[in-house]
Amino acid sequence: MAAPLVLGILVAVTVRAVLYRSSLAGFISERVEVASPLNAWKRVVEGLALLDLGVSPYSGDVFHETPLIIYLFHFLIEYSELVFMITDVLTAVALYLAVQDFNKVVFKKQKLLIELDRYAADVAELIRTPMEMHYIPLKVALVYLLNPYTVMSCVAKSTCAINNTIIAFFFLATIKGSTLLSAIFLALATYQALYPLTLFAPALLYLLQRQFIPVKLKSKGFWLYTMQYATLYLGSLVVIVCLSFFLLNSWDFIPAVYGFILSVPDLTPNIGLFWYFFAEMFEHFSLFFVCVFQINAFFYTIPLAIKLKEHPIFFLFIQLAIISIFKSYPTVGDVALYMAFLPLWSHLYRFLRNIFILSCVLIVCSLLFPVLWHLWIYAGSANSNFYYAITLTFNVGQILLISDYFYAFLRRQYYLTHGLHLTRKDGTEAMLVLK
Amino acid sequence: MGLLSDPRRRRALSRLVLRLNTPLCILSYLAGLGWFLGLASPPFTLRTYMSENAMGSTMVEEQFALGERALSYAREFAGHKKKVGGIPVAWLEKTMWNLGLEVYKQPFSRTLPFPDETRERYMVKGTNVYGILRAPRAASTESLVLSVPCSPGQHNSQAVGLMLALAAYFRGQIYWAKDIIFLVNEHDLIGMEAWLEAYHNVNITEVHSSGVLGRAGAIQAAMALELSSDVITSFDVAVEGLNGQLPNLDLVNLFYAFCQKNRLLCTLQGKLQHTDWDTLPAYLHSLQTLLLMVLKQGSGRPQGAHGLFLRYHVEAITVRGINSFRQYKYDMSIVGKTLEGMFRKLNNLLERLHQSYFFYLLPSLARFVSIGVYMPAFGCLVLSLVLKALDLWMKLSKCDAGPEEQLCDGQQGAAEAVAEESRPGLLTLVPPLLICHATGLTLYFLPVLGQHVATQHFPVSEAEAVVLTVIAISVAGLALPHNTHRVLTGSRSERGWMTLKLLSLLYLAMQLGCIALINFSLGFLLAVTMVPVAAIVQPNGPKFLYAVLLVLVSPAVTLLLCIILYQELIEYPVSALECWQLFLQAVSEGLLDHYLYGSIVFPFIALFVYPCWLLFWNVLFWK
Repeated sequence: MAAPLVLGILVAVTVRAVLYRSSLAGFISERVEVASPLNAWKRVVEGLALLDLGVSPYSGDVFHETPLIIYLFHFLIEYSELVFMITDVLTAVALYLAVQDFNKVVFKKQKLLIELDRYAADVAELIRTPMEMHYIPLKVALVYLLNPYTVMSCVAKSTCAINNTIIAFFFLATIKGSTLLSAIFLALATYQALYPLTLFAPALLYLLQRQFIPVKLKSKGFWLYTMQYATLYLGSLVVIVCLSFFLLNSWDFIPAVYGFILSVPDLTPNIGLFWYFFAEMFEHFSLFFVCVFQINAFFYTIPLAIKLKEHPIFFLFIQLAIISIFKSYPTVGDVALYMAFLPLWSHLYRFLRNIFILSCVLIVCSLLFPVLWHLWIYAGSANSNFYYAITLTFNVGQILLISDYFYAFLRRQYYLTHGLHLTRKDGTEAMLVLK
Repeated sequence: MGLLSDPRRRRALSRLVLRLNTPLCILSYLAGLGWFLGLASPPFTLRTYMSENAMGSTMVEEQFALGERALSYAREFAGHKKKVGGIPVAWLEKTMWNLGLEVYKQPFSRTLPFPDETRERYMVKGTNVYGILRAPRAASTESLVLSVPCSPGQHNSQAVGLMLALAAYFRGQIYWAKDIIFLVNEHDLIGMEAWLEAYHNVNITEVHSSGVLGRAGAIQAAMALELSSDVITSFDVAVEGLNGQLPNLDLVNLFYAFCQKNRLLCTLQGKLQHTDWDTLPAYLHSLQTLLLMVLKQGSGRPQGAHGLFLRYHVEAITVRGINSFRQYKYDMSIVGKTLEGMFRKLNNLLERLHQSYFFYLLPSLARFVSIGVYMPAFGCLVLSLVLKALDLWMKLSKCDAGPEEQLCDGQQGAAEAVAEESRPGLLTLVPPLLICHATGLTLYFLPVLGQHVATQHFPVSEAEAVVLTVIAISVAGLALPHNTHRVLTGSRSERGWMTLKLLSLLYLAMQLGCIALINFSLGFLLAVTMVPVAAIVQPNGPKFLYAVLLVLVSPAVTLLLCIILYQELIEYPVSALECWQLFLQAVSEGLLDHYLYGSIVFPFIALFVYPCWLLFWNVLFWK
């Protein structure tokens, strides 16, 4: 099993090394879809230059990465290409190991439920077999490594790859059941990009499930464990933030990173939903609408946590997708991370409704981004509306894809407990309809 | 989502798509074609109007009266040109200097990737001369350009004469708010490209030049003038630029408005305008004009020196004076007045031309078709590809669900085999994809890289070698499936070719969609030819017929057909041999356009369309 993974890694590294040497590297790193103001490599280099001159890297409003990243590259700037290749490989390996473990858990749980006779009688074809689950970890790793989005964001040296690695390690630690490591990596991910703080809920739910603590608001064990996890998380977050303060000896990075993420002052076009709205809007209203837009990324956690209480890893996947859709400066690297999870849900395939149309929409949009950018910026014949139309379509496509998966997941659960052939009260065949 | 998530309605919809697939495909193709043919008729076209405020209302009287002087300049220039045997740099510099312009020259050189036989040039060396008329009222931040190509022979000396006379007249006026650059460039487009690159301080192609010394701010608009006789009967305007880019419609409107004001006859694509719109001959006439525009735009070639300005965000048109056997002739004063009026209006611009349309088709100068109206025609064509792909997808997923349903119209045994090898299905598609794209890469790189090897081993010149290599590789691609099917293992099923065809259909639809946004005409021409054949091709059925049809829509044959259509439309039919000559010439010019100016047509065809076409060829010969 390890041999194909190593082969995949070799191919992925070769592709990246070739692209680094080709003339495409310059073109890709300039693309707004790949590099956002937060994670563009150009800005990291600028920050490093300022740091070397003894000036705060946050003076000048160009650099918006966290202090830890700048210190990391302070030592590794010579090997930056290697660093980005290694982070990608690490992400893939972490995902591989995590999914391998997760599969075992899923299988055990399924066996238990069958033994307890919780499933309906005629659902044999919905039961997952070790045969089909065998290749899933490999597929997840390869989908992440060979996804053009990941390759591009690695070639552009977008620091988004590092955020993805941290989230992958957080995922691995959670699956392995290590409360401390999970909290530390979650704190790191939050420190890096702020939005991953919503992943607190799925991680907590999973860890509780692993320890067989029931999720009941009245139970003491639940609150005890929650407090323990939250304390670890907040404690490590405080430690990291203080460490950053001691590195730079100033609090400049708080407004420059988190203020920048939350108040969205940079309206350079990207694949997100923010830039066009706020470029068009009167300054007077922008605070209100920033709040409305930002709430989107956080709000869905609550209903999802209630609905997917029993399935925290699926919740984690949906939450990652929601972050990458609704965050203020999304790039294709974020999209690549949740797309790597898609093979994990390949058993939902038969319940998916619009997967063909949606994948076509996503591919077409990805191709049209550079075309319309060319028409707008270089040819001058199109305008921002053309580009935004594609951004909008891309995001609608992503949202429909996620809701398709969500609905398919719920439908499978329903079938598992109620049987595949549903009948109405009058005995005719019934159907599940989403209204 | 309601429609798509309710299973009953969904099932009805998918049954509709499956049952009525062929009629729906045919219908959408015909609808697209019909829509396009209808574009030349009144309900689809709008009257052109001036959108730009700054150019709309100001009334001026043109007073240019130096027609005789223009002609004497022209004769003098022609004499000096003959003496020097090229562009008379010294004379031009002196004359411009005497007129009170700031004069600069820009030597440049460019070695072509292979010799251009139609224009007989290989190592090009030349000089651009230009003079800047500084505006008395502004700080040299904006400028207008009047450019005249200095071509070999007696050609175009009247244009230089008129330009100098205009410069003399403009110099005496006080109202200029933008600098005016008077540019004479040698070796037409190569010189133009060299000047533009140097002016904007970039180096996209491999032109070597000394750089320009004098600048006059951002160029707002440009006009290229071609004039080869002392009197003219009509003006022809060329709008199509590099890669099918078009100037802002306001510039064309401006030209048309001044032609009307001075009662000049003006033509588009060499065709006069009909005044009545509802008659059949008028409709056919404007359809011809429209088709000519589509063919020219689709070629991606700049149809005049203005075509290269467009890439630099500069709106530009080429104006050609025509002298034919008509009765009414116009002298230089009228022509000069027209240009003067246009420059005065452009001088009033407060910002770049941006108000009017950038995407349009012109069935005549008085009417235009905007992007919102012509895009549905293309959309309908591509829709039939998507419908076919949906049909294949549904058949494939039904095969997955239950082979006993017999929906993949194979025998029971085959269907069982399908179910067994459903997973490695995608891997068998990798070799054809790789091989087709490798052929595409060869087609792109080999002709120019291998020309010297070819000339050593075969009795051909370099240019011939390049063109013949292109044709040879395209033909050699036909032999490929026989090689690939041996590489594939376990592909003896319906599933294999269906998946490959599904992939190719989507690939084609995406390519066409992307190119149609950049160059509508190219996308449309390719769609009209390739879509129906791509939709019907399959390995079982009349194979020979399919093969013939597929060859008929291959990129090379499409080019040949376009040439024949073009010659028919300009009412200059050619014999088969001449047509072949034109075809060879078109191929070599397509390559040269790419290497010299950066046209994307050749790489697009070689790297994307041709491999996609080969994929369909693979589908046809799937075993």
